[in-house]
Amino acid sequence: MTKIKSLADLKKMKGDLQSKIALREKSDSPEGRVMVKVAMATCGIASGSKEVMEYMIDELDKRNIDAIVSQTGCMGYCYAEPTIEVTLPDQEPVVYGYVDIKKADEIIEKYIRNQELVDGIIPVNYQTIEKDKEGGQA
Amino acid sequence: MRNINKTLNVKELALHILDIAQNSITAGAKNIEVSIVEDEGANNLTIRVEDNGCGMSEEMVRKVTDPYVTSRTTRKVGMGIPLLKHSAEQAGGALSIESEPGKGTKLQASFERDHIDKPVLGDIAGVITILIGSNPDIRFQYHHKKNNESFNIDTKEINETLEGIPINEPEVLKFIKEMIRENLKELEG
Repeated sequence: MTKIKSLADLKKMKGDLQSKIALREKSDSPEGRVMVKVAMATCGIASGSKEVMEYMIDELDKRNIDAIVSQTGCMGYCYAEPTIEVTLPDQEPVVYGYVDIKKADEIIEKYIRNQELVDGIIPVNYQTIEKDKEGGQA
Repeated sequence: MRNINKTLNVKELALHILDIAQNSITAGAKNIEVSIVEDEGANNLTIRVEDNGCGMSEEMVRKVTDPYVTSRTTRKVGMGIPLLKHSAEQAGGALSIESEPGKGTKLQASFERDHIDKPVLGDIAGVITILIGSNPDIRFQYHHKKNNESFNIDTKEINETLEGIPINEPEVLKFIKEMIRENLKELEG
């Protein structure tokens, strides 16, 4: 019978992890990290955002891109789910809609690596209902 | 048409959990406890999501199972709880919510375990890992009990083991996912 992983195994990994993190911290600042937010409300989940998120986490790590991938609530683009928001260092966030695995790959290779815009951007006109009531500020 | 077809896709209990836990996160919870209890003798499967978030008033609790009620401001409808309620009732079960403002919320959904319309468990390990990785400051506990065997994971213990290494480090997350997956497989027998 193969041994099932436990916290003791995690403890053994600690040394390797620490040196990897130290190496990264030396090479660039935390502001240099790419931020990816995956919309993960009912609408996103029903459209496959979980697979997109797992793909982004795995692939960015595999391709050695220092990024933080996190989930966020509904951004209001339910019609275009799965949606992701990508923020490159020192740049405005860009929201992509209808993101599947193929599109996610294209975003990583073209936008995140080379800052080349990819088809499928949702124009930024994000407003909440509350803001509308106040008289609609952009 | 695309999304109308896709909306029917929440067929995995794991995805329902991901969705419901999102409500706890939005409610500002610092502790979220997810439990699944499978009892073959009683032919029952129960999911519980418990948080210490901001809670809801009695009136809100009564209203949340109505798809046209939501607390969010980005759109006017909320489908997460109604979808899970529908799913539970279709499989001979029920959904209940207990909540107290300022204290937190406890949501429970039950299913007949062998009911033909009971959704499959799905990728629980993936979902718990996503929740942990996206919310490193929230303490997550996951309990899975099947008959008399159980598996528990607590991010407080993981963080103590890591001694300062961020829990959302990709390699750590990969480890957590595999650990949950292997333990659940063992539980399934």
